[in-house]
Amino acid sequence: MINGAEAVVRGLIHQGVRVIYGYPGAANMAIYEALRRSREIEHVLTRSEQGAAHAASGYARVSGEPGVCLTTSGPGATNLVTGLATAYMDSVPLVAITGQVATEMVGTDSFQEVDITGITKPVTKHNYLVNRVEDIPRILAEAFHIAGTGRPGPVLIDIPKDIAAQNCAAKIPEVVDLPGYKPNYKGHPAQIRTACKLLNEAERPLIYAGGGIIHSGAVAELLKIAELLEAPVAVTLMGKGAFPEDHPLFLGMLGVHGAPAANKALLASDVILCIGARLDDRVTGRTDKFATQAKMIHIDIDPAEISKNIRVQVPIVGDAAGVMRDMLLRLQPAKRKDWLAMVAGWLPLQEQAYAAKADELNAQTVLTKLNSFTKGQAIITTDVGQHQMWAAQFCKVNRPQAFISSGGLGTMGYGLPAALGAQMAAPNDLVICVTGDGSLQMSMNEFATIKALGLPIKVLLFNNGVLGMVRQHQAVFFKEKYFSVDLVGNPDFKKIAEAYDMAYYLIAKIDQVDLVLQEALANGRATLVDCAIPKEQMVYPMVRPGSSLDDVIIAMKK
Amino acid sequence: MRHVLSVLVENRAGVLARVAGMFSRRGYNIESLAVGTTDKKDISRMTIVVEGDDRVVEQVIKQLHKLIEVLKVSNITNEEYVGRELVLFKVMADPTQRAEIMQIVDIFRAHIVDLNKKTLMVEATGDDKKLRAIEEALSPFGIIEVVRTGKIAMVRGQKSHLE
Ligand SMILES: Cc1ncc(C[n+]2csc(CCOP(=O)(O)OP(=O)(O)O)c2C)c(N)n1
Repeated sequence: MINGAEAVVRGLIHQGVRVIYGYPGAANMAIYEALRRSREIEHVLTRSEQGAAHAASGYARVSGEPGVCLTTSGPGATNLVTGLATAYMDSVPLVAITGQVATEMVGTDSFQEVDITGITKPVTKHNYLVNRVEDIPRILAEAFHIAGTGRPGPVLIDIPKDIAAQNCAAKIPEVVDLPGYKPNYKGHPAQIRTACKLLNEAERPLIYAGGGIIHSGAVAELLKIAELLEAPVAVTLMGKGAFPEDHPLFLGMLGVHGAPAANKALLASDVILCIGARLDDRVTGRTDKFATQAKMIHIDIDPAEISKNIRVQVPIVGDAAGVMRDMLLRLQPAKRKDWLAMVAGWLPLQEQAYAAKADELNAQTVLTKLNSFTKGQAIITTDVGQHQMWAAQFCKVNRPQAFISSGGLGTMGYGLPAALGAQMAAPNDLVICVTGDGSLQMSMNEFATIKALGLPIKVLLFNNGVLGMVRQHQAVFFKEKYFSVDLVGNPDFKKIAEAYDMAYYLIAKIDQVDLVLQEALANGRATLVDCAIPKEQMVYPMVRPGSSLDDVIIAMKK
Repeated sequence: MRHVLSVLVENRAGVLARVAGMFSRRGYNIESLAVGTTDKKDISRMTIVVEGDDRVVEQVIKQLHKLIEVLKVSNITNEEYVGRELVLFKVMADPTQRAEIMQIVDIFRAHIVDLNKKTLMVEATGDDKKLRAIEEALSPFGIIEVVRTGKIAMVRGQKSHLE
């Protein structure tokens, strides 16, 4: 007879789980013992539970399989919350298992007890508090099913420690039956016909591509539709990698720091095909001024995303890949010389928007050089801030699952643990974490995990000594009144790198970029590249928050 | 506008919290919510009255659908349905006023279910209109407490919503 903890491990093995990110404690010891004995699953001891959740997320986003993390009750569980919320906002499939105090102690405010199912209801797709050991095999199977199907998302299972220790006779169910959960994959044929008619008759069609295309595996379909229709493609932050960025139809990223060509095309287009995106406020700007000329087709697997923020004319609920294949049967090839010429005229605006002095070290130069070495094939993870937007603007991503960034929640501290998970999911790929000195210090503890695993991750640090994005907002919206943005007390990152056996390079001048990057990328080790950039550098262009997308700030006076 | 939603959910611990939490987190206002088991013991029905324009209600319904334990959501606002609520009123009434109150109670087919020297308790069942009318009729005497069940509703005709 096996116990509940062993049933958990069996269930995980049954799901094909190869790696778990976790942290032990009093309430999950039985599960650790079961993991130790099974030896079939690699357990990675991160340096915090938040790191475990982000690492699982990086793993999931690169492998396409649910990531798994495991923590103890109380503080272990609460440390997961940011990771779950980050995954929830970006529709990343995770299964999080938390230990809980013994059933009889639940509700008594006992040592290390928190109501983690209560706390995480708004940031999980679903969660469970297990109250019978017999339910474990079923709940585990359901959790993976819910996390990985439909619109993916995190699922949490809270297991009281007495239940993990009880005998469990129940078998893993062959099928999961959830009467209240039946995602709709196939698009409605009439809606698809209407959408195709609109697109076939369009003069200035635009494709607005989100992360759903990557989740759905619809990258090939997107390329076909874009080329067939000669429709230019703009992506969201989450959609980076859905369309090859060296393609002539690629316009860049949409939104507040998006490419002018992408934003202008959105406003000028007559039919917008939006796929797997939420029409988030960071993209739409003022909703009443958003693409007022256009008819909009919106494909999404989550019906609740359709007409939530923007009313659309043609909603299509379904899986992007299948819907797009159905559409390809009805779409007609078109030539659009005028529209493409108009759009092409806007492309150079991106370069012009960037205002760094020619001889000053800047992110654009570093990232453009990086591209030329990686050819858009590296996996880039990012933290949050100016460096994230620079990475989004200047890192050309030519394949899916290769740009891993916290889009919806904007979680500083995501990049490094996500890189760890990404590198484990793709051991042969070059993984580069683009970060800032503020963000890196939120999860720098994970350098130890990276060292323990011997992962050759490259960390590209844009070290400006400030919380650059906040400083930028103070510059633009608070009349350059700076407060609490100087990262006084920053460590010597060279010593940090040494402490974790990492290679370290400093780029202080623009003429060092080439040589350092070449060496850093080729050295085969964990590496920290410290780019000393001036704190005055800004992310341009910038749409005023809450304004229409054409209310753009290009550059400030020096 | 007020909408009446009839929602079938799995009868499990935590479902009510999930539904109520979704409403509060997304800023939707629940006017009333009544929950009870159905003829199937593992399924409960919630009758939710929510205030909002069509767009809000459309979102509410979609968000309800996303909850794994929600089995079915029907917006019955524009259907032929019977809607009822039970209300208890505690009314100030000295012995000289009792007769007058009893007359009102009779007119509305309500009942007096408790009485003492200073107060009466009135039990009334009905739709919104009737309950508003009886409340108005009783208020001159001084209503000192009101307890309501929240509305429950059933669509007329042969069809069962459990199907
Ligand atoms: C956990 C968390 N706290 C606060 C913020 C708000 N915030 C957004 S960007 C930013 C500054 C980031 O600084 P840094 O990592 O140094 O990057 P830079 O902008 O300088 O490139 C802050 C504080 C956030 N996004 N996440």
